[in-house]
Amino acid sequence: MRPRLYWPITLAAAALVALLTYGVASVGPDTSLDQALRDGKRVEAPVKDLPRLGTGGTASLADEKGKVVVLNVWASWCGPCQTEMPLLQRTHEKISRQGGLVLGIDMQEPAERGLAFVDKKGITFPNLRDRDRDYVRKLGVSGYPETFLIDRQGRIAALQRGPIDQKWLDEHLRRLLEEPA
Amino acid sequence: MRVLLALVLVLGLTAAAEPKTTLPDVEDEVMCVECRTGLNVSTAPVADQERAFIREKIAEGLTKQQIKDALVEAYGPDVLATPEAKGFDLSAWLIPGALVAAFAAGVVLIARRWRRTPAPAAAPQAGELDPADARRLDAELAAFDK
Repeated sequence: MRPRLYWPITLAAAALVALLTYGVASVGPDTSLDQALRDGKRVEAPVKDLPRLGTGGTASLADEKGKVVVLNVWASWCGPCQTEMPLLQRTHEKISRQGGLVLGIDMQEPAERGLAFVDKKGITFPNLRDRDRDYVRKLGVSGYPETFLIDRQGRIAALQRGPIDQKWLDEHLRRLLEEPA
Repeated sequence: MRVLLALVLVLGLTAAAEPKTTLPDVEDEVMCVECRTGLNVSTAPVADQERAFIREKIAEGLTKQQIKDALVEAYGPDVLATPEAKGFDLSAWLIPGALVAAFAAGVVLIARRWRRTPAPAAAPQAGELDPADARRLDAELAAFDK
């Protein structure tokens, strides 16, 4: 190759490779939160106003500061989400007397589908809608369902990437509820 | 009255002539929002929900563009297979253009260089001998005649 063409072509190829690498890396889920929790740290939960599912207006985690929040990411078409809903509803009824609540986030589906699901399952805990996944992306969400436990200071204390069960809740939620505000 | 009737008839015929939107027509321009593949090749549960949504909109008589708008409203802009012309997605529009421009520039460069290259010296015509060979041939023939 002529020396005059060598550098421009090499630089163009390097720029293309860098762009591809960035593209692949930016699509993958962010696992920094998982690592911080594994290291025993609590991470400030991201806050963003999201539309309430069905009731109008917006809400965010900031409105629940001082409470323990079980933040659950779901979608009506997701089988494991449907399975764990009764457990989440029971948990909400139980912890709402202890300064806690379950807060659902319905992702990437028409609001009427989410609402129909909430009605069918008899869910009474509040739900928000993250149509574009902009909020849950900050939590590193890559699938359904995922659950995050937020302490009374608004920090993420535990997470489960996949369905939860009573054992997991007993292990993590009880001690959070016992912590002072 | 006749004019009104004719107008109704023409409008009715125009509406009847307009092709109805079909699922395959929309499906190949839409993504499965969870699996990030084309909706027409996805078998995920969310893809089934998206297809049901499209069928509902077709039944409501919406056009293809109206259905795509409704899909964006329900699922967000990621549902469209065409990348957006902003952020990182902008590179999907710019890079092919840049590659075509670079290719065209390369072709022009090579063509100009090719035109500037001097033509090789004219070779002797077939059947003609260059002077040295002609002299050698004459000498050989003269020697033969002796």
